[in-house]
Amino acid sequence: MANDISVGKAEPGCKKIDPILVADNVTRQFGGLTAVDVKHVEIPRGKITALIGPNGAGKTTFFNLLTGFDKPNTGTWTYEGKDLAGMPSYKVARLGMIRTFQLTKALSLLTVIDNMRLGAQGQAGEGFFKAFIRPLWSANEKRITAKADELLTRFKLDAKREDYAAALSGGQRKLLEMARALMSDPKLVMLDEPMAGVNPALTQSLLEHIKDLKNNGTTVLFVEHDMHMVRNISDWVIVMAEGKIVAEGPPSQVMKDQAVIDAYLGAHADTDLGTVAINKIKVGK
Amino acid sequence: MDIIQILSLALNELVAPMTVGYILCAIGLAVHFGFTGLLNFGQAAFAALGAYGYGYAVLVFGWDLWGAILFGLICAMAFAALLGIPTLRLRADYLAIVTIAASQALRFTVGSSTAAPITGGSAGQSQFGESFYALNPFPEGEYNLGTVTLTNLELWMRVVAWGLVAIAALFVFALTRSPWGRVLKGIREDEDAVRALGKNVFAYKLQALVIGGSIAAFGGMVFVMSSQANEPTNWGTNFTFITWTILLLGGAATILGPIVGGMVFFALLTLIESFLEILVNAGLLPFLLIEQVAQIRFLLVGLILMLLVIFRPQGFFGNKKEMQFNG
Ligand SMILES: Nc1ncnc2c1ncn2[C@@H]1O[C@H](COP(=O)(O)OP(=O)(O)OP(=O)(O)O)[C@@H](O)[C@H]1O
Ligand SMILES: [Mg+2]
Repeated sequence: MANDISVGKAEPGCKKIDPILVADNVTRQFGGLTAVDVKHVEIPRGKITALIGPNGAGKTTFFNLLTGFDKPNTGTWTYEGKDLAGMPSYKVARLGMIRTFQLTKALSLLTVIDNMRLGAQGQAGEGFFKAFIRPLWSANEKRITAKADELLTRFKLDAKREDYAAALSGGQRKLLEMARALMSDPKLVMLDEPMAGVNPALTQSLLEHIKDLKNNGTTVLFVEHDMHMVRNISDWVIVMAEGKIVAEGPPSQVMKDQAVIDAYLGAHADTDLGTVAINKIKVGK
Repeated sequence: MDIIQILSLALNELVAPMTVGYILCAIGLAVHFGFTGLLNFGQAAFAALGAYGYGYAVLVFGWDLWGAILFGLICAMAFAALLGIPTLRLRADYLAIVTIAASQALRFTVGSSTAAPITGGSAGQSQFGESFYALNPFPEGEYNLGTVTLTNLELWMRVVAWGLVAIAALFVFALTRSPWGRVLKGIREDEDAVRALGKNVFAYKLQALVIGGSIAAFGGMVFVMSSQANEPTNWGTNFTFITWTILLLGGAATILGPIVGGMVFFALLTLIESFLEILVNAGLLPFLLIEQVAQIRFLLVGLILMLLVIFRPQGFFGNKKEMQFNG
């Protein structure tokens, strides 16, 4: 089936017209278990790509590998043509590839606004010597604070501005982490289950925000179990199961793919995945 | 001994150079632990290196005050780098283990007869304060500060010591209110989150270790300067333990905390000792010998610390939400 993202047919490991991230032979073993075994995958630039798969499929581990938070047993990957394998995580982030964590990492004993400010990159005041000379960074501080306030409003956290992040609810922490990731205007954001625990009413506005990101040229790669969200906003879906990429394609097509249904429901199910909430289903073999 | 005497003794302890030495070390530890979350259990070693470096530069190189201070500082900084570079990439507990081991090793090394040509061995170093006291601007005579009377040199020592506390406090205050300090606090909370935002966590931790260690080096110099005697026994685990107590007493992520914590700690120690002596002399504590009082007072301080941890875990000044015992 033709589409405007892949070169030729949409199939696992297919080439993209304009990839931002290309990974080859990335494997990661934990003892005897192969958590990730990705032969080849390309993430299309400027699109919203969903990475789905049953629990334990290796999605988070793959995120960790790509962003330098874990070391693969084998593999190479490039981002914007730059080889990232072996690069420390903070350098990856500086290249504009920012990730969030499935297990939220709000900085509990910093205020919400300080959490946000910390997300901005290239701050002169973060250098030891310049830290003493306020005029060198006060203007920038104002600028990033204004930007932070804008994002906080957008994420409905403005009322919590001065609170410690520790005082936020689980869903609010997720929101804070996502908002913080956006402080640096990343080129590629990688969100690990951004909507888990977020109130459905807010989900809608966040989905709009993610679409806006795309319209501003940001590439989004996200892991999500909620198929409605995946259908709603993604341009492309990549399916992982037992560490491997088992299917790829536009959402409507992937949801009907037999390999996906097998991965999620076991070989004998024949349900259209769009109609069930996948995170409620027990994974079968 | 009457009450007035006891109180004046305690007041003297409040401002004594030894108290200041500990306070400076506790301020350094606030940078390490309170603001960055680094578990340094070898603050005694940083102080010792400041003191030994200073003494060595004066006694062996024949350097003047400024050169000697610089040398003491460099020794402590090099030590921070030596311990930090291999461990700060690892889990937090590695630094704790390495600092405690290294500070013990350092203490035994400087006290050994092999090291005697450099460190003075078990006798330590003495009479290295000439260039410091030569700068004393106060005319000879007695200075009465309320309850205590000081010589001009003692006064000079205290003025410089407290001047250093003020400078260290302002220095740390400026740092912690800057974006640099914000990164440190972020690291204290979750270093992976900070990495994911593009900050070089290792470099920040190393900077924090070096800075806190440098402040402790000043603490060490102040500690030995009033008596002009630097002995290896000064720098035992006791020293580190007291520094931690002071920090936690005052509030780990605060600037005023270590200062007031140090003053309260030593005033309390003196008061407890004096009262115990009175009680023992009056025959009210038949199970205690007068020589044991100096030991038992630490027990009581430990008890007070325990109560503090239970009832006010954030210390005197800490914001309960911001800092508890959760390094
Ligand atoms: N640090 C680790 N040590 C050992 N095994 C691990 C480790 N991290 C992940 N695994 C294993 O690797 C596999 C993939 O885990 P991963 O967290 O990547 O799954 P996931 O696709 O993100 O799942 P979920 O949807 O539940 O978040 C799992 O079987 C898991 O048990
Ligand atoms: Mg996961």
